[in-house]
Amino acid sequence: MADIEAYASQARAWLAETPIPENTGTEVSRQFMAVLYDAGYSGISWPAEYGGQGLSTAEERVFQQAARGKALPTGVFGIGLGMCGPTLLSLGTEEQKKRYIRPLLRGEEIWCQLFSEPGAGSDVASLQTRAVLDGDSWVLNGQKVWTTVAQHADYGLIIARTDVDVPKHKGITMFVVDMHAPGVTVRPLRDMTGIAHFNEVFFDDVRIPQDQVVGGVNNGWHAAITTLLHERLSIGMGSAAPDRPTSYRSIAARAQQRGLTEDPAVREKLVDLYVQERALELFNARLAQEVKAGINPGSRGSVTKLLLAELTLDSAETAAEIFGEGVVAHSEDDELARYAAALAWAPGMALGGGTNEIVRNAIGERVLGLPREPQVDRDVPFRELKVGTQKKEAGA
Amino acid sequence: MRLILTTEQQELAGAVRSFLAAAAPIARVRQVAEGEEPYDRKTWERLAGELGVTGLAVPEEYGGAGAGRAEVAVVLEELGTALTPVPYFASSVLAAEALLALDDEAAKREYLPGIAAGTTVATLSFAEGVTASADHTLDGRAERVLHGADADLLLVVASLDGKPAVFAVQGEAVQRTPLEVLDLTRPQAVVEFSATPARLVGPADATEALARTLDVAGAVLASEQLGGLRRCLDTIVEYTKLRVQFGRFVGSFQGVKHRLADLHCLLEQAESVARYAAWAADEAPEELPTAAALAQAYTGPAYFRVAKEHLLLHGGIGFTWEHDAHFYYKRAKSSELLLGPRRRHRGLLAERLGLG
Repeated sequence: MADIEAYASQARAWLAETPIPENTGTEVSRQFMAVLYDAGYSGISWPAEYGGQGLSTAEERVFQQAARGKALPTGVFGIGLGMCGPTLLSLGTEEQKKRYIRPLLRGEEIWCQLFSEPGAGSDVASLQTRAVLDGDSWVLNGQKVWTTVAQHADYGLIIARTDVDVPKHKGITMFVVDMHAPGVTVRPLRDMTGIAHFNEVFFDDVRIPQDQVVGGVNNGWHAAITTLLHERLSIGMGSAAPDRPTSYRSIAARAQQRGLTEDPAVREKLVDLYVQERALELFNARLAQEVKAGINPGSRGSVTKLLLAELTLDSAETAAEIFGEGVVAHSEDDELARYAAALAWAPGMALGGGTNEIVRNAIGERVLGLPREPQVDRDVPFRELKVGTQKKEAGA
Repeated sequence: MRLILTTEQQELAGAVRSFLAAAAPIARVRQVAEGEEPYDRKTWERLAGELGVTGLAVPEEYGGAGAGRAEVAVVLEELGTALTPVPYFASSVLAAEALLALDDEAAKREYLPGIAAGTTVATLSFAEGVTASADHTLDGRAERVLHGADADLLLVVASLDGKPAVFAVQGEAVQRTPLEVLDLTRPQAVVEFSATPARLVGPADATEALARTLDVAGAVLASEQLGGLRRCLDTIVEYTKLRVQFGRFVGSFQGVKHRLADLHCLLEQAESVARYAAWAADEAPEELPTAAALAQAYTGPAYFRVAKEHLLLHGGIGFTWEHDAHFYYKRAKSSELLLGPRRRHRGLLAERLGLG
């Protein structure tokens, strides 16, 4: 315990004296990761033999707590540190771990994750990107979508179909793909906010050496689950900041400034928002206390994810109801612009990292232990399955 | 802020739970609800005597255990889970907290030891309609007094010179008529006063003490609601794993599964809100007014929604008298309204958040 205290005060001191760049550009992030690494705060609980610090998750947590509210510019490494790195540590070969982990922790290489496809969203296992063995390498063809930071990435973890004669879960393989390899095309995907937060990635005859298979040929579904478990945890942990424009505090303060709280209907909406936001905040705080007390949260991170998705949508609507017409038509510098942006951004949280329907399935099945739905495609060879979006049949 | 139970609190919960499972299973609850007895006297006596939980939050100098509201909340959670028909909330919470908040030394010495020992069943009447004269006699009619017909000691809020004051009256000194109640596990009565002599307890203006009393009551009532909510959800989840229709367990249908997932989200939040409110009642008096209003605005409606869905998802069997679902459904609604309808708690919340 005393050691942890000492570690915590050391971390706080380091954070206090280290200049934190405000710019979050890729170059700045790379340099800052190197600074973190040299100070021993990158990969705190990762094994020392691959470049981590070899400490426990207790130290990792202590550092995260100390860094809370500091906005460390490490965003572009989030996918690598949160998902790809941990997957490689669990399933990668010795050579892969030696080759990839240290440069990730030092900010030298950026990673992305390539799972979703236009035809495989909630049902990722129905993916159609193919990898065919040709001599000593695999040849990759297909399209991935919703790929965060692909435009900056040096490497990606990708899953592709390697056997079409077995059921869909059994013919998938995970690879490390070089994002600079010939045949890789990254195109920004402009989402409904008008900005490209994600990318589409196309693969045309991209060659992947055989030693870049992660977790074994046709074992990619298991590998993908390992990655996705890390994803849910990292989404759940990033809960809503109190000063975001659609927080109760911000909306209530602005409504009061404008004299809108005289209206009982406005007060009613504000109370709704307060109760919804506070209940989630208290749940997150309780979950954190449980984790600290050594209780495994299991799949209950899904609860946070679902509630945050609903709060994000509801609070944007509440703002629109309270501030009225100005939210949808305003001059460029109007402060109400932030609510138009919030409305446009809001559906993202209910779709990314599992749609609300998929998350409700997870809560029902993994938290409550309810029986799964019968799966009609479970034992059917992939080549016989209907996948993606089908054409409407003539006369139907 | 502490939102998880301590080891001691978990042990207390476990002790009360196993006691209630043996002493007052749902068949016994049903017997009391359908019978003439106003409450389960035998279980009440054993809760007081063997478990010693009736005076948990009463300081030791007044015969109590000197524990906190967080411990009272733990007991209430178990009583709410088992639907135990005993006057714990009326006597050990409303009356005991009123006496503590009113801080009338003589009254505390006289009344608290009996309440703590469970030998005096007390209640608090906080409805409007009673006035006190300068000579401290009471006139009027108090509606919906919890355990009003069977309590030994009534603490009655009466208007004295236009301000609320609290008076103590012995139960047998007044006219009491039991009301028809939706929730048969929680009796209520009309109490009538006619130049009834009474004893003033605490200050002539008890506004602050009453606000504090009702806040503590609302904060811990949330735990009773949490207990019932959790029981309803557990029951219906287990049922949907057993019930087969169309060749499938009904819990495998998304139409059912997704509703249950949403109810689980309510449970997680209700537990968090209830623990927070109980913590605030002990440790953060400045946060209590908001926490208590939040707790009642959240857990009351949440419990009713879960109880309702739990009844509905049972299908037709849930609508029968023989099934236990209606007891929870009715308790959920009666406890949601016990300290006022949701608009009251939401109004208080708006006020305490400084809106308007």
